[in-house]
Amino acid sequence: MLDLLLITSHPVLDNSWINFDFDSLLQNFWSATFDGLTFGAIYGLIAVGYTLVYGVLNLINFAHSEVFIVGAYGVVMTLTALGFGPSAPTIGIWAIIGDLLLAMIVGMICSALMAVILERVAYRPLRRRNAPRLAFLITAIGASFAVQYLIFVIRGANAEPAVTMFVNKPVFNVFGTIIFSQQIVIVIAAIILMVATDLFIRRGRTGRGIRAVAQDPDTATLMGVNKERIILITFILGGLLAGAAALFYVMLVPSGVIYNGGFILGIKAFAAAVLGGIGNVRGALLGGLLLGVIGNYGQILLGDSQWADVVAFVVLVLVLLIRPTGILGTTLGRSRA
Amino acid sequence: MSTSSDGPRVMPDAESAREVVETESIVVKRRGPFVGLREKWDDLPRQGQWAWMLIVVAIAYCLPYLNFFPLTTEPGNDWPLACFAMAVYALVAVGLNVVVGYAGLLDLGYVAFFAVGSYTAALLTSPDSPLFKIPYLWTLPVGMAVTMVFGVILGVPTLRLRGDYLAIVTLGFGEIVRILATIIPAMKGQVGFQNVGHPPGVAENGIPIFANSNGTPWYWLTLTIIIIVMLLVGNLERSRVGRAWIAIREDEDAAETMGVPTFKYKVWAFAIGASVGGLSGALFAGQVGFVNNQKFDVQTSILFLAAVVLGGTGNKVGSILGGAIVAYIPLRFTAIADYKYLIFGVALVVLMIYRSQGLIPAKIRLLAYGRRARQLQAAKEEAPPVRPGGATEGASS
Repeated sequence: MLDLLLITSHPVLDNSWINFDFDSLLQNFWSATFDGLTFGAIYGLIAVGYTLVYGVLNLINFAHSEVFIVGAYGVVMTLTALGFGPSAPTIGIWAIIGDLLLAMIVGMICSALMAVILERVAYRPLRRRNAPRLAFLITAIGASFAVQYLIFVIRGANAEPAVTMFVNKPVFNVFGTIIFSQQIVIVIAAIILMVATDLFIRRGRTGRGIRAVAQDPDTATLMGVNKERIILITFILGGLLAGAAALFYVMLVPSGVIYNGGFILGIKAFAAAVLGGIGNVRGALLGGLLLGVIGNYGQILLGDSQWADVVAFVVLVLVLLIRPTGILGTTLGRSRA
Repeated sequence: MSTSSDGPRVMPDAESAREVVETESIVVKRRGPFVGLREKWDDLPRQGQWAWMLIVVAIAYCLPYLNFFPLTTEPGNDWPLACFAMAVYALVAVGLNVVVGYAGLLDLGYVAFFAVGSYTAALLTSPDSPLFKIPYLWTLPVGMAVTMVFGVILGVPTLRLRGDYLAIVTLGFGEIVRILATIIPAMKGQVGFQNVGHPPGVAENGIPIFANSNGTPWYWLTLTIIIIVMLLVGNLERSRVGRAWIAIREDEDAAETMGVPTFKYKVWAFAIGASVGGLSGALFAGQVGFVNNQKFDVQTSILFLAAVVLGGTGNKVGSILGGAIVAYIPLRFTAIADYKYLIFGVALVVLMIYRSQGLIPAKIRLLAYGRRARQLQAAKEEAPPVRPGGATEGASS
């Protein structure tokens, strides 16, 4: 204890700890906000996967970050196969849109497949054996590592070569900040996907099944819901959204497709899910957007991009302390149609 | 087997406990590669157990000299240094076992405590650090104290919550410590601290006994510390604290209802586990003589967890074995060293599905009165096969 105090009050160290750069934050406030929203949309999409699985199985699916990164590999490989390279393509706008849609579908299929494999290989045997809770968590983290290093063995330690999908043109000006076409595409597409997911869960027959299993698996089974099928669908749904997020991620961070690239992103997405209220699809989007913006402010205020991760974790702990159920707070089971 | 409650479920050995209860009066079923060994061990008189333990300890002390073919490391890896690495992993696993095995709290950022211990040793002994200096051996207790404080700081806000949040928060904490070591200028990032201190003593040829390249004395120091920690942890395990931990692990709500102050004991488990992690970090920093931000990644945390799970969650002897194996395999078989994370990741999944109790399963009998409980049980088994009413006593503590 004494030691800690001495370290923090030592004159030599005084100036080299943390500097707050308020000027920079004020200058870049709006650009930070819009960048944060763009990243936040991606967090939100990944967070839905965490939130749904948590809602249905009460399990933090650590391997969801790998579901996402497998999708990102699918997207990059498809785009490379279609002739996209480091410089922007010269083909027409509709051809680009077609190619991107194709890449997104491939990414979604890759992610969903990965999620299904995980469910079948890792989690289902445990459920059959009625394994303790801790066993699920350890399996999840083990599976996450196994998949990560399987990719490492297959694709090596380096990131995939970057692909540029389209010329990132400035579209309009808000508060003196230029909004790029990319940002608009990502945020709008993410919101459309989230609304669709929300409707699927609130309106459809399958969605009702998901909510029923989240509320009480045994009663749901008695009422004729096929629990195993619902669990599988939940994993697929999370995988599909992660695959879509993968496309946007490749768009935003072209050189970020690396074997361990999903891990931290996954933790932050989980933090977003908790922030918005775990088990709540709308909460996932809200939490993602908030976390993206907060992380960006922190990064500019403190002057290093790695601070964004630290700020995200600190926010997670604070939220858990003050409001453990998150901002919107409801669970998947309790939401009404 | 049709119950599927989603409340706090029991730990691995409760499953086997149930099986034992079910089959108790007919045949005592035990699983594991050391099936007969456990029986024989339990049947030995106490003096015999001590004698065998002394022999094992003596062999352990001779380990750096057992440098022959099937055991030794492949060329390029120094055998005494490998022994030291195994000892450090074993110590880490013993510490993590207190958190994960006894109290059932999943800590995925244990390497952070290891890092805090390393940095404490480095900051207080390295000439690169602007702080005042103390002798190296003093950094061991100081490192433990500092890490314990970190454990409490992290534990108090998160241990009030449900178990799985702890997993993600500790994972985050592990990353925060690594990132802070990178971006806070005073922590010197990748440049790091050189010439971290070592225990005093100079050999005849003028080279310090505890030189960086000389693994044997470091191994002996670590082994001695492991034995001390084992004795302390063993005593804790058999005490009120240990019973409280196991009660929390098996069913937190029930423990709380029975009057166990669960939060207090969870913080204790977390702090004690953290301090052992800090201790091993300080030892590691001393041997390597250099601390920077490169060694404290999440992957290492997962290796630590794999060590505990592999050895047997909740069994301190198993933890030592698991820790030693996890450190030993990449050094013994360098061909597969690159795949170690893949191998141990898969091992975690497979173990959880097929053998969740690990190599040496945790004991399931009443720990505090182990010997007497066994005698009573043996007496019951000799009686006619009437299912004893209080048969669960041995498993429920």
